[in-house]
Amino acid sequence: MNWISISKREDLPKNREGVIRAAAVVLSIVCAGIVIWILGYNPIQVFPSMVTGALGSEIRLQQTILKAIPLIVTSLGILVAFKMKFWNIGGEGQILMGALAASYIALNVDGLPKPVMLLLMAIAAMVAGGIWAFIPAFFKAKMGVNETIFTLMLNYIAIKYVTYLQYGPWKAPESKGFPKVANFEQNAIMPELFGIHIGWIIALVCVVVVYIFINHTKKGFEITVVGESRETARYAGMNISSIIIIAMLISGGLCGLTGMIQASAVEKTLSVNLSAGYGFTAIITAWLSRLSAIAVLFVCIAFAILLQGGTYIQISMQIPASVADMIQGIILFFVLGSEFFLQYRVNLPLWNQKVKEVA
Amino acid sequence: MEGFLAATIVASTPLLFATVGEIVTEKSGLLNLGVEGLMLIGAIMGFVTAFATGDPLLGVLGAAVAGAAGGLIFAFLTVSLRANQVVTGLTLTIFGAGFASFMGKTYVGLVVPKAVKSFFSPVSIPLLGDIPFIGPVFFQRDVFVYFGYLVVILVTLYFYKTRAGLNLKAVGESAAAADASGVNVTLYKYVHTCVGGALCGLGGAYMSLVMMSVWQENVVAGRGWIAVALVIFASWNPIKAFVGAFLFGGLSILGFRLQSMGIHISQYWVDMLPYAATIVIIILSSRKNRKENQPPSDLGIPYFREER
Amino acid sequence: MGQPLKAIEMKGISKAFGSVKANEDVELTVYNGEVHALLGENGAGKSTLVNMLSGIYHQDSGTVRVNGNEVRFSSPKDSIAIGIGMIHQHFKLVDVLTAKENILLGRSSGLFRNSKQLTKEIRAISDRYGLDVDPDKKVYNMSVGEKQTLEIIKVLYRGARILILDEPTAVLTPQEIKRLFRIIRNMKEQGCAVVIITHKLNEVMEISDRITVLRRGRTIGTVDTDKVQVGSLIEMMVGKKVDLAIRKEPPAQPMRPLLEVDNLHVVGHDRKSALADISFTLHEGEILGVAGVAGSGQKEICETIAGLTKAEKGRIFFDGDNIIGKTPREIIRLGIRMGFIPEDRLGMGLVGSMDIVHNLILKDYQNQPGIFLKRGPCAEKATAIVRRLDINTPNIYYPVKKLSGGNIQKVLLGREIDSDPRVLITAYPVRGLDIGASYKIYDLLNEQKSRGAGVLFIGEDLDVLMDLCDRIMVFCVGRVSGIVDPSKVTKEEIGLMMTGGKEDAAHELDQHQ
Repeated sequence: MNWISISKREDLPKNREGVIRAAAVVLSIVCAGIVIWILGYNPIQVFPSMVTGALGSEIRLQQTILKAIPLIVTSLGILVAFKMKFWNIGGEGQILMGALAASYIALNVDGLPKPVMLLLMAIAAMVAGGIWAFIPAFFKAKMGVNETIFTLMLNYIAIKYVTYLQYGPWKAPESKGFPKVANFEQNAIMPELFGIHIGWIIALVCVVVVYIFINHTKKGFEITVVGESRETARYAGMNISSIIIIAMLISGGLCGLTGMIQASAVEKTLSVNLSAGYGFTAIITAWLSRLSAIAVLFVCIAFAILLQGGTYIQISMQIPASVADMIQGIILFFVLGSEFFLQYRVNLPLWNQKVKEVA
Repeated sequence: MEGFLAATIVASTPLLFATVGEIVTEKSGLLNLGVEGLMLIGAIMGFVTAFATGDPLLGVLGAAVAGAAGGLIFAFLTVSLRANQVVTGLTLTIFGAGFASFMGKTYVGLVVPKAVKSFFSPVSIPLLGDIPFIGPVFFQRDVFVYFGYLVVILVTLYFYKTRAGLNLKAVGESAAAADASGVNVTLYKYVHTCVGGALCGLGGAYMSLVMMSVWQENVVAGRGWIAVALVIFASWNPIKAFVGAFLFGGLSILGFRLQSMGIHISQYWVDMLPYAATIVIIILSSRKNRKENQPPSDLGIPYFREER
Repeated sequence: MGQPLKAIEMKGISKAFGSVKANEDVELTVYNGEVHALLGENGAGKSTLVNMLSGIYHQDSGTVRVNGNEVRFSSPKDSIAIGIGMIHQHFKLVDVLTAKENILLGRSSGLFRNSKQLTKEIRAISDRYGLDVDPDKKVYNMSVGEKQTLEIIKVLYRGARILILDEPTAVLTPQEIKRLFRIIRNMKEQGCAVVIITHKLNEVMEISDRITVLRRGRTIGTVDTDKVQVGSLIEMMVGKKVDLAIRKEPPAQPMRPLLEVDNLHVVGHDRKSALADISFTLHEGEILGVAGVAGSGQKEICETIAGLTKAEKGRIFFDGDNIIGKTPREIIRLGIRMGFIPEDRLGMGLVGSMDIVHNLILKDYQNQPGIFLKRGPCAEKATAIVRRLDINTPNIYYPVKKLSGGNIQKVLLGREIDSDPRVLITAYPVRGLDIGASYKIYDLLNEQKSRGAGVLFIGEDLDVLMDLCDRIMVFCVGRVSGIVDPSKVTKEEIGLMMTGGKEDAAHELDQHQ
């Protein structure tokens, strides 16, 4: 008899699925706790401290939401691409290019009323992010060029380009040698509502729009079919190239919008650091959401708590923020692993036998 | 020119290790996009070990073991638990970056111990080092570089001359056929992912121990991803990987060279070159058609014997 | 032949996949020096049973004895070591390697590849059993027949004395089948035990000494071939008396041309010619069969007519209009109703992870106005198709990949005939289906024919092609080698046409590459 046998599950009741997923998250927290403990900190202090650091006061809560906003919008962008199995890991670059375009408008167009100005910036950002995603999409669609490497290389190019601008032509003369782009005028800065910039409304609207787009439009259906099976899409007479390109324009456009939000509302200028790794974290959150727009909202808030908590323990307990990065990785490892137990049943015949013998 | 080419060899060595490592992994049919993370893990563990022990060889060993451990995580998730290879690889990169950044927090700006530094100072190989032009470029380097040459030769022999290499090819091309022929598919995938991870770790260690010889944040700076692209450029051939790594090593130091020659182009533009060139390479590689240049046909596809 | 040794003795074998019991308490005994046929419908559990002998699956319960000793395989390696050689239905060969390298694969002895010695050993085996294959030829350059020969050499090289062949004749021409049977008899004479899996009764009667019949995962019985009638074998297989004759009505008269293909040339993915100079006419109310060795251009002709593959040159007239170069979308817009059942059902015809409704939407959504997806009409249609074709599914929102093979095919066929197509293209529509489901499909095709549709039927079983089709077009490496009336030719004649009139298809393939 074999000591282990694996078989495919037929159907899994929803509550069992929930149990397995919850177990994965709990296990990952336990594992992260062990890592934190090995690193010489007390996990029993660290975790609660992270939670209070993220939710404990109004200001902290606002900070958490401020982190959730770019994460949600970017994750939605990534979701649209991943739905098609187009591995867009160029979120960082698309965010930066969006921020760049928005900044160009903000710095060069004068005297527009605030709503018009912001709208113009948002459009410019979405177009720029879209173009940055269009390039790899075009080559993928027409020549089958590997999109993973392509989008990633475009990240580096965007970073270098924005750095170049920040240290060179766009450096503000009044910054006295400090490499910084000039601050936006007041009419290019997003207004606030309930103490947080209106990006949170944009994020919520995006969740609804992307949900409807994926689940209730013909284009969304086409994207899903292309992701499931290229051959079937071809068979059904879909124009695969144009679907890839349109989906990536949307994906890059959403990432670009994140760039505009961050530049306008948070940094109030163009900075090479404004993407802050959201383009990568969004890959995790989009996947954890199982590519569902509604789930993105909740997963991103959970991750924002993790990020804000990580920032907080950095100050309160002198724990480097990179611990939060590692915890993210560990959680995703566990969730990726748990997918297996959703799809397969693992039997341990010898173990069962022993249990029987004992009983 | 000689000096430039010699510096190119140094700059290309991390790429060489990582590219060959990823080739070894991909030959077994696994697409590990976590090279960047593996290099970072290797870079920090190599640095920490060498710093703590003062022993260069232990440092190298530490990097290899750490890289192999990263490969093991990847293999466990993708082979045993059949997780999505692309996402797992990306996660490995995110995890590796966090790990290296955390572990290296207290080491930032510290220089490798003297014993390590002198161990990795250039030594001329007798006879070979005396060949005009070729000698100074290729054979008056440090032992780590020579180890890189050795790895290329060994991996090449292994791929094309041994039975295990033949089995490996079968595993990557058709896991089902290899399995039916009595090859232990799971074992091959695990072993080669770990060995590949170890090689990536060594590439990272070369960055931290030899090239920079001082710890700094994000020391790998995207080289892991360039290595993934170079695998395609090299069409899974270690010898071609050497050529590719050499070309990209040259590109990555072109900026310094141009500046020292008095040509003034913004550093940031020059910095873009390797990334832009990578894009050009993958576009050109997509046009290849010969059967021998194709990726392993089971690349990225999980294998489960009892799948019906 | 005295009291021969039991080569294989399987007792009380059970194996389940999830809730599906593939084998239940199965018995199988095979003697040395006999050819033993394992007979049963698709899904009866034949492949599952032999895959346990080859170490690919593990039985949940029961014992396996080989040459009298109880064995327990944990991988194919163990099975090979004990002298069992399995020739899988889908060849387990590595395309980019040569014949020699494939033979060497998985052999643990030796560190390096010793070429010359191996070549000599291959020659020795080839001579002994009358096999022929070029050791240095790459597998991707081989014909189906050559690949099978290579598989046989491979297991013999490993010293196999027990040979298991899973559906070995499915992809062969009548001539190649004859040659395979010669090889099998040769091995039997050398004292090997041979297990051959098939569902073709005439072959069973011709080659086997004894027959074990499986039905729904259970052993029905083992009989001596010379003491059994075909009729009772069918009854054992299906569980009831069935008439295996396929109903055939004469085609509509007069024969009105529907689809005319004229001088069609298509270049394949590998930039080699896939179809050359194809001309034929499909009439209303007829079933035109297409016979040929696998990969002779069947896929390309289907996809070109359906508008999925671009033609190099040539014309395709539908009712007098040239539709060449039109995309599927344009063809639909012209009001041409065409149905296409591709060979790869889940990979091309359907989206496996989606439910029946969404798989119906796949064909429908482009005709919907606006940007939003309407599911309502398709849900009604899904209910109707499920009822009409008697599809066994929990509900219409059930992922199609979880259905059985026959039901998956019914969903696909149901969708394609729903629009009352005037042309219906079907590629291997009964592959993998059990007898009941197959006959249901034949009936549906005949229904379409009597409705006046022109049906193009790509088949592999020559018996079925001859019984079902009004005319048969024979393909040979991308060319039409003839269109024949099945009542006027023999299977052997068609087989010869498939290979260009030569015994060995391999040479033919070579010349064209």
